[in-house]
Amino acid sequence: MSLITEIDYGTPASRSDKTVTLTIDGMEVHVPEGTSIMRAAMEVGTKIPKLCATDMLESFGSCRLCLVEIQGRAGTPASCTTPVAPGMVVHTQTERLKALRKGVMELYISDHPLDCLTCAVNGNCELQTEAGNVGLRDARYGYAGANHLADKKDESNPYFTYDPAKCIVCNRCIRACEEVQGTFALTIDGRGFGSRVSAGQMESFFESECVSCGACVQACPTATLVEKSVIDIGQAEHSAVTTCAYCGVGCSFKAEMRGEELIRMVPYKDGKANHGHSCVKGRFAWGYATHRDRILKPMIRAKVSDPWREVSWDEAIGHAASEFKRIQAAHGKNSVGGITSSRCTNEETYLVQKLVRAGFGNNNVDTCARVCHSPTGYGLGTAFGTSAGTQDFDSVDETDVVLIIGANPTDAHPVFASRMKKRLREGAKLIILDPRRIDLVRMPHVAADYHLPLQPGTNVAVLTALAHVLVTEGLVNEAFVRERCDWQEFQDWAEFVSKPRNSPEEVAKVAGVPADTIRKAARLYATGGNAAIYYGLGVTEHSQGSTTVLAIANLALATGNLGRRGVGVNPLRGQNNVQGACDMGSFPHEFSGYRHVSNDAVRSIFEKAWGVALDKEPGLRIPNMFDAAVEGTFRGIYVQGEDILQSDPDTTHVARSLAAMECVVVQDLFLNETANYAHVFLPGCTFLEKDGTFTNAERRIGRVRKVMSPKNGFGDWEITMALSNAMGFPMNYAHPSEIMDEIAATTPTFAGVSYAKLDEAGSVQWPCNESAPEGTPIMHIDAFARGKGKFVVTEYVATDERTGARFPLLLTTGRILSHYNVGAQTRRTANVAWHEEDRLEIHPHDAEQRGVRDGDWVKVSSRAGETTLRALVTDRVATGVVYTTFHHPSTQANVVTTDFSDWATNCPEYKVTAVQTSRSNGPTGWQERYREQAEQSRRIAETVEAAE
Amino acid sequence: MSHDNSPKKLVYMANQIGKFFAPQKHETAVAGIANHLTKFWDPSMRTKIVRHLSDGGEGLDPLVREAVQTLRVEQSDDAGYFG
Ligand code: SF4
Ligand code: SF4
Ligand code: SF4
Ligand code: FES
Repeated sequence: MSLITEIDYGTPASRSDKTVTLTIDGMEVHVPEGTSIMRAAMEVGTKIPKLCATDMLESFGSCRLCLVEIQGRAGTPASCTTPVAPGMVVHTQTERLKALRKGVMELYISDHPLDCLTCAVNGNCELQTEAGNVGLRDARYGYAGANHLADKKDESNPYFTYDPAKCIVCNRCIRACEEVQGTFALTIDGRGFGSRVSAGQMESFFESECVSCGACVQACPTATLVEKSVIDIGQAEHSAVTTCAYCGVGCSFKAEMRGEELIRMVPYKDGKANHGHSCVKGRFAWGYATHRDRILKPMIRAKVSDPWREVSWDEAIGHAASEFKRIQAAHGKNSVGGITSSRCTNEETYLVQKLVRAGFGNNNVDTCARVCHSPTGYGLGTAFGTSAGTQDFDSVDETDVVLIIGANPTDAHPVFASRMKKRLREGAKLIILDPRRIDLVRMPHVAADYHLPLQPGTNVAVLTALAHVLVTEGLVNEAFVRERCDWQEFQDWAEFVSKPRNSPEEVAKVAGVPADTIRKAARLYATGGNAAIYYGLGVTEHSQGSTTVLAIANLALATGNLGRRGVGVNPLRGQNNVQGACDMGSFPHEFSGYRHVSNDAVRSIFEKAWGVALDKEPGLRIPNMFDAAVEGTFRGIYVQGEDILQSDPDTTHVARSLAAMECVVVQDLFLNETANYAHVFLPGCTFLEKDGTFTNAERRIGRVRKVMSPKNGFGDWEITMALSNAMGFPMNYAHPSEIMDEIAATTPTFAGVSYAKLDEAGSVQWPCNESAPEGTPIMHIDAFARGKGKFVVTEYVATDERTGARFPLLLTTGRILSHYNVGAQTRRTANVAWHEEDRLEIHPHDAEQRGVRDGDWVKVSSRAGETTLRALVTDRVATGVVYTTFHHPSTQANVVTTDFSDWATNCPEYKVTAVQTSRSNGPTGWQERYREQAEQSRRIAETVEAAE
Repeated sequence: MSHDNSPKKLVYMANQIGKFFAPQKHETAVAGIANHLTKFWDPSMRTKIVRHLSDGGEGLDPLVREAVQTLRVEQSDDAGYFG
């Protein structure tokens, strides 16, 4: 393996389809109109010296190193800012240019330390390289004059340093922060010689608006902005392209290595989801992989009150299998099941559901997508025929109106948010439906045209009111509806939405949003050009989650915003492989490719492939498993990569059901919260230690590549395989690619997917098969997957979770940029610097009424339970609404969430809980007991060496 | 709501499904509810709701009653898979 070096073309590619022919150094070159001379030269392999240009950024023309001569034109124009013209004759190397470049370089070097030998980027510095390229041998000006060599370093960011002494003021960092990331955290302070890069108002990087995305570090041509890991270890010697294991954007990274040591993760420019950008999590927060808390040896115990006992893999697997068999023999084959996770690869998830269906002989398999995006599966499957988003991310470049519902992209999907912000800066309009004032409502250079701060739980009412405006104001795209949808269903729907009770004026009363704003937002969505909907868990995690997804689909169908670029319905998936986990058949009612278990033809495909008879009845969903456990009919569970105790609602109930089980097997990196109730612990490994694939929110299947040996000894797929073999159902794969081959052979939408295909194409978007050999960026172009698009009536049914005298506030939950889900990984990285604890956001008015001040400990209680955390007084939330995150187990936000759930999928209603808050002195009794129990439960017995 | 697959909770869940289909035409609604229960509820849950109906069906909304009536009680195979 070698180090992957990507070509820097100096300026971005032109999107023009007109070709221009010119001559560079005697060579004929054909490039799209609008290409810079610099890029055109690079296309034929001629590298013009440069410092301020890089192809991730628009050209700037400040360093004057890239000068060229153009026949018939006076002077020496900068090749980065000069576009090509037909018939142009360019010379990149002449005596005049050589002298000019040397002169420029000399000036730079005279204010640059000459400690190249001990510099962190030695061997990987553009200044050093260009000094060599222009033949600089001497710096005549010396160091006697004024310089910045003694400027102080800023080491405040946990992951990178800023050493102004090395800065050449090329502005690349500033432009990266603006153009690529869209945060505008950096400026140039001072003028002329005194000008310096500065974060915010001369603040440190850490105190500034900087979100630590790393774009500036990547853009910096010198050692001014450099990763601390590079300073510590040195430069990488080989690299492999892999996929981020955090969120549903699915960014591609080069894992840069020295031996088996990871030095840094560099976003990959060819990555089709991220085009070379990243966020703080994927870029920097990978230290958990080598964290000392990782469990590396399998462990078992008879009772959860016993300390853990380290055992051999054979013993642990044998014990788990014999327990599952014993339970099934005593309580029936349906008394056990398994849970997979969106954090696992497609191959691992596929194996877990195969183990359950074929090995356990039932369909009691579910995935954590149950608690996040299962309504998406139901809703989009019903409306369009495919349980997935309709677009690729690039589609947003052609969107004129962005409608965001219940999603907070800048925190939860940061790299896609940067793309979106870019489009918004170009003039696209923005509508946001969210109870909370998310950052996108107003931030530098972005402002929502309409923000509808609706009451939590009223999504369906507001979306139906938007539809009311479309229908009653004649804004429906009738031609599209007649051609692409069932006309009768449309009419039934139109009649329903037109009813007075669905008018904005009526809905305003329950939703708390002015009718006029609803009307204007609907008009903008219908008439503003290409309109695209992006939504998140604020849509799905409600008792009417599935209805909301259907209401969203209705809007897109009625306005014809489907089947082309720039439009569509796009669920923003939370975790990295939510889409993939759902695709792989990890729901109890369906096989891979969303095919119901009762379908005889489909079942026979798997019966043939696996050689066993399969159950035609749907199995238990996660909440049903918990209920059955308390009831005593469900007694054993295999949980791979998921922390159900922390992430599922109503923790007390989950704890009770886990405690009722006879065999809980947890496969994870750490002793997570669920493991407190486990009898067998099988140590898992990170995405850096195994091969596989993840599928992102745009249905893009990307490779995960093994760059180090698994510290626990096995890839997670090998562990599932061992368990299956011990259960008596044989599985024999030599490599995850063979699992993918089986998926392709049994799943029509994946028929064209193989590791060879992924190596060749980089990534593909399913469906990828005979009719779409290169995959499908945009779905439903000529017809819907189900044939006609389906309009469904969406009656608003208020949740039974109501506020009242006892619980007058509505609690809603979310996440923040620096942490991921339950935080098991990110809490074990320096990301804690940004978010040490979960806080309760409360409006100043509500806070004052309760005598709560910023930073006070407050108790939050609901009918399910109570917990304490510190308050953050802010008007980001409306009065009557409080908000928190659930990244820290000590807070246990889910102690208060209830077991209400989506009517169709049982996806929990995390987003609405009626609560009361009051000042408190510290942790609740429950929190104290929980901590004690967790400590007890995490004990590992000292291994006693057997006497010889 | 009680915490198990007890009739009370199942009745609540079934009524929730009923409320979604209620605005549709009568036959479509009844068929929709029955279909949803068959597609997404595991047989033990379906058996319980059917039994609950034959015991009088307390709490079930009229539309849901009609739908549950159309469900057959499946014989569930309780033998262990591995003997
Ligand atoms: S790390 Fe990202 S947000 Fe921070 S200054 Fe650099 S580009 Fe801007
Ligand atoms: S910090 Fe780096 S990228 Fe920014 S101006 Fe200085 S040298 Fe250029
Ligand atoms: S967490 Fe998401 S946005 Fe951030 S790098 Fe990973 S995939 Fe990209
Ligand atoms: S690279 Fe062209 S002016 Fe700097």
